[in-house]
Amino acid sequence: MDERLSAALRLLPGYLGQHVILSAAALALGALISLPLAVAAARSPRVRWPVLAAASLIQTIPGLALLALFYPLLLAVSGLTRAAFGVGVPALGFLPTLLALTLYSVLPILRNAVAGLTGVDPAILEAADGVGMTRRQRLWRVEAPLALPVVMAGVRTAAVWTIGAATLSTPVGQTSLGNYIFAGLQTENWVFVLFGCAAAAALAMATDQLLALIEAGAARRDRRRVLLGAAGLALGLAAALAPLARSAPERPYVVGAKNFSEQFILASLIGDRLRDRGHAVSRRDGLGSAVVFRALAAGDIDVYVDYSGTLWTNVLGRKDTPPREAMLRELTGELKRRYGVVLLGPLGFENAYALAMKGEEARALGVSSLSDLAAAAPRLTLGADLEFLSRPEWAAIRDAYGLRFHARTSFNPTFMYRALMSGQADVISAFSSDGRIAADGLTVLSDPKGAIPAYDAVVLLSPRRAHDAELRRALEPLIGRIPVGRMREANLMVDRDRDKASPAEAARWLSRAVGLPP
Amino acid sequence: MGGLIELDGVCKSFDGGRSLAVDQVSLGVPEGAFVALVGASGSGKTTTLKTINRLVEPDRGEVRIAGRPAAAEPATALRRRIGYVIQGVGLFPHLTVAENIGITPALLGWPRDRIRARVAELLELVALPEAYAGRAPAALSGGERQRVGVARALAAGPQVLLMDEPFGALDPLTRDALGRACRALHDRLGLTTVMVTHDVQEAVLLADRIVVMKAGRVLADAPPRALLAGASDPDVAALMDTPRRQAERVRALMDEGRAAGG
Repeated sequence: MDERLSAALRLLPGYLGQHVILSAAALALGALISLPLAVAAARSPRVRWPVLAAASLIQTIPGLALLALFYPLLLAVSGLTRAAFGVGVPALGFLPTLLALTLYSVLPILRNAVAGLTGVDPAILEAADGVGMTRRQRLWRVEAPLALPVVMAGVRTAAVWTIGAATLSTPVGQTSLGNYIFAGLQTENWVFVLFGCAAAAALAMATDQLLALIEAGAARRDRRRVLLGAAGLALGLAAALAPLARSAPERPYVVGAKNFSEQFILASLIGDRLRDRGHAVSRRDGLGSAVVFRALAAGDIDVYVDYSGTLWTNVLGRKDTPPREAMLRELTGELKRRYGVVLLGPLGFENAYALAMKGEEARALGVSSLSDLAAAAPRLTLGADLEFLSRPEWAAIRDAYGLRFHARTSFNPTFMYRALMSGQADVISAFSSDGRIAADGLTVLSDPKGAIPAYDAVVLLSPRRAHDAELRRALEPLIGRIPVGRMREANLMVDRDRDKASPAEAARWLSRAVGLPP
Repeated sequence: MGGLIELDGVCKSFDGGRSLAVDQVSLGVPEGAFVALVGASGSGKTTTLKTINRLVEPDRGEVRIAGRPAAAEPATALRRRIGYVIQGVGLFPHLTVAENIGITPALLGWPRDRIRARVAELLELVALPEAYAGRAPAALSGGERQRVGVARALAAGPQVLLMDEPFGALDPLTRDALGRACRALHDRLGLTTVMVTHDVQEAVLLADRIVVMKAGRVLADAPPRALLAGASDPDVAALMDTPRRQAERVRALMDEGRAAGG
């Protein structure tokens, strides 16, 4: 079997189980919220309009944005509960995803339930009153059974939406079948992307068919179909959850990673070291770079690798660019003081933002530094990664050199290099540790004015793990041990088009190549 | 006034008082009587009927059943003691015939065996085969469905039976047969029945007393014979004229036929 396919299959029980528990919980919660609302809305037009309008409004928010919005919201809630009760709520992972997906599932169930309840023949309702039913008896004995087929159609729609949208939960740190898609997109592992899509689609179709069985049973008043569908759902739920129940009871070390290959490799390396020492490890991959530090400070993740310049500008909000050593020193002190976050130390290489061009184009235009680029820029297109243009580093370079490009386009990092090679972009926002710089023969433009701060890769520990000696012992051997050349090689193993390695394989290679002690 | 069912100055408006659907209606229905409320659409006859089992709550006036104000107990308890046959049948489509008939006993918490026995008894009473018990209402003909509707109304053994245009949707033959069957049940069970109909002929043939309504008011309240003999109110006279002329025409035809044949 294909190596990537068997890797995907090995991950399936864990990913599928998480996906199922997430979707099922969101759907159940959504039904629990929307059904009583539907009863109230069906009885009173004054309730109906605002409730349906609110649900429709939620549905117009893109799924990924809804998920992203819950993170700062829960972070604020967590701050309040911590102040009030001394206990925070997790802002990352299951909870924000559950809430967002629950909101998403409300509209189809609500709309159908209202239609089902208001669609019951008035003569039948009068008969129900006439034989002496109370409001509650009428609801349960007459209205609910008659509306059930329409309600079930809404539940089916909600189930398919929820299962599909749950693949978006990866960036906020909830494992799902979306992990295949996000990791695959990042490392150009199309087998993973397809596998994730197919698994999510198969899950959605199977669920839909079982719910359809219940719907048909409800419509034809055939109890056997209803029971068969319900039994199928229960069985599927139990089967998907079984692997999760067997997982270790110890709270695992949670290793975070942003969404590019180097981060996956380093997270894998950290995870391996902890696992080798017999600890349970869970991963939160593909976190947004603004989200990841706050997740660490809040204790939702325990450890990840960030870059000094990023922390300096984005977290501390500083605009100056002090020399490397001074920046590290001040960063270590400030992060500890402000957030309780421990900066364990630099890994030994830098991954700075740098503007890069194709070698021959740079030579043809006579551009070797950012000062040279300023003159040529109005005729050139800048290709940037998704966040570069909104980062203070871009503002610093732009203002220091007066850069004004003909056009600017944002790409996923992988596609950014493709765009450069195919001529869709002339200049890109590259990373200095990227293996593709050497492999593609790119020219990195020098920064004579020192506008770009240093970007030493540093290991950060959450406040909760600040005094965890075991974690420090596992990770201290990494400090100062990874030269930029080795990191580039490891990155290239994952990013290149042929003989691609998985981030886990690259991490094992890197560990051997730099001679890390166990 | 007086009787098992009493309406005393009942008023009802559906538009906040600008117009009255029922305007100062006072009626007394003695125990054992079969009263028909007749009148054109919008005359207030159905609204008047519904004040008796509180499907409509009067704005003013009082309804009394056996001397007790209807408003004195919960509406649901009152309705379980009063049989109600609805316009257009209104059977519960998701329940079987037996479950439909047994619904009021079930609401009253009767034991399962007693309900089953009662359902069998009622099926026999309305002349439906016992095998119908497990069928869905959709599998029955219109006349059969209305028989089930009558059985459902009688299930908990009410003293009072209210019928709102019970036979309106049926073909003439079925309509006649069911009308007579209902009257027979009324006599046999000693019921007190109030029936709303727009068919004066039906009222004349079934009822002991006819109440004619127009614009929410009672125009006449008398036995059919008295109304047929002649009414002072021109509207009532016009209404009663139709069945009388029809009957006279039919009799004339029959006499001609007899003369020709004899």
